[in-house]
Amino acid sequence: MDLQEAKLKYILHLADNALILGQRLGEWCGHGPVLEQDMAMTNISLDYLGRARLLFQYAAEIKGGNTTEDSLAFTRNEWEYENVLLVEQPNTDFAFTVARQFFLDAFQFPYFSLLRSGKDKRLADIAEKTVKETAYHLKWSGEWVIRLGDGTDISRQKMQKAIDELWTYTGELFEVADYERLMIDGQFAPDVAALKNDWETKVSEVLKVAGLEMPAPIWMQSGGKTGKHSEHLGYILADLQYMQRAYPGMEW
Amino acid sequence: MKNWPLFEIFIRSKSGLNHKHVGSLHAADAAMAIENARDVYTRRQEGISIWVVESKYISASDPADSDPFFEPAQDKIYRHPTFYDLPDEVKHM
Repeated sequence: MDLQEAKLKYILHLADNALILGQRLGEWCGHGPVLEQDMAMTNISLDYLGRARLLFQYAAEIKGGNTTEDSLAFTRNEWEYENVLLVEQPNTDFAFTVARQFFLDAFQFPYFSLLRSGKDKRLADIAEKTVKETAYHLKWSGEWVIRLGDGTDISRQKMQKAIDELWTYTGELFEVADYERLMIDGQFAPDVAALKNDWETKVSEVLKVAGLEMPAPIWMQSGGKTGKHSEHLGYILADLQYMQRAYPGMEW
Repeated sequence: MKNWPLFEIFIRSKSGLNHKHVGSLHAADAAMAIENARDVYTRRQEGISIWVVESKYISASDPADSDPFFEPAQDKIYRHPTFYDLPDEVKHM
């Protein structure tokens, strides 16, 4: 794999994370527990879709030919997606959505802060915009972990369950895929493995304030970053890609 | 969530202008009310500052009193500063 190929895969990895989580959060539209949180989640969803577009546009330019941001988003198959498994996990309930968001935000905030000083100017600019959004997302999700953990017996139970069940998908955040290795070595991307300790500290601090238990070390799922996904991704893509699959090239 | 108190939301649209009432929403406490207001009322760049106050702390005039309260001002036009020429530089008067 040469550097250009690695860069394309790396950008798609970031773009896929943003697209799939944006789609997941968008599923809450009209179904939020209260109007205010319905708005909060769809606002976050739109932040992710905006980020996905910037990244897909960049990837399309690198790939060249007839490739467009839309063809990348709407015509690739599951095994061509490189998002982490965490973002494709179902919303399940509000606590799961909050836990998924919190795990990811606590990772993404330092990650995109570092990407701002990476060697690729275009990615650094996208990171600059992303850091501001992520700072707010982290505030939102962290606050809700605390409020639900420190709320009623039922909210505490649900929050703890979500933390425990999603824990197995957090290990992958710190695994380095082969294309990512080239990007890290070339100082284009932050080294995710080096972020693990700080992430665990941040998560354990918030869980402590929330009165929740930090899960014990367990076996971690992995594979998303290299195209091996859980069964959920196919259903997401079925929804997401339906129009372009049924009416190829349609515009509106 | 049904027993969350109601908050009134005030937004300052830009520096130098005053905070204006824009609506109300429910939240568990003032901190959450500010976050909710950010998401509900400022998503199209409507503001740069948010005030929230729990609705129960607002005292309002009684609509039944509106005649004695407000009508006497109607025929006292000399209270309006309409007899001065304002320099063009003065905005937001």
